[in-house]
Amino acid sequence: MDEQPVNFVVFSGTDDKLQALAVMTAGAAALGKQVNIFLQYWALDAFSKAKIDADHGLAPEAGTEGRAKVDALAAAGQASWAETLRQAKELGEVDIQACSLSMDILGLEESDLDPLVDGLEGVTAFYLNAGDGQIIFI
Amino acid sequence: MADVQVDARGLNCPMPIVKTAQAVKAMVSGQTVEVLATDPGSVKDFAAWSKTTGNNIIEQTADGGVFRFVMQKK
Repeated sequence: MDEQPVNFVVFSGTDDKLQALAVMTAGAAALGKQVNIFLQYWALDAFSKAKIDADHGLAPEAGTEGRAKVDALAAAGQASWAETLRQAKELGEVDIQACSLSMDILGLEESDLDPLVDGLEGVTAFYLNAGDGQIIFI
Repeated sequence: MADVQVDARGLNCPMPIVKTAQAVKAMVSGQTVEVLATDPGSVKDFAAWSKTTGNNIIEQTADGGVFRFVMQKK
């Protein structure tokens, strides 16, 4: 199959943006599309073992009303973004890489990251793997 | 009666498709899966999933907000 992968560069580390990433990834995996995820800055920080299950807050535009709506959905049993990504990885080809520069900035070692993260790479390797597929920035 | 049942009622997008894709992955060619979903996006989502994966929808009904799909693995 000569279909191009779907590629996400994820910068933001709030739970709503990571949930959007997880939903888009799971949908692509269910369709049999290869997904490449490149984690930078605050998104990478959220994938550390110490923080993955923590509350990462929401984007500023959520406000208190948005917070209440998101909390209601979680209370109704919506899977967390981390759980949705785990299921997506079981289902299809989802490769999650940490940006090596962001690792340096945050002072993280590979052993500090949740097992959802497959490895670390630089931006050149990311572009190579992205091929001619779309690159989506979150 | 389908070979495999997936009850995705109450689950939000994309879980009905994810649960179905997981079930179909474990099935053999020709087997059928019956899915129940309440996500209103599932009608277009299952049509798109079927078109992309080649797993045909052989029955589709809607009753009181519950969407039912029977699909056959390619």
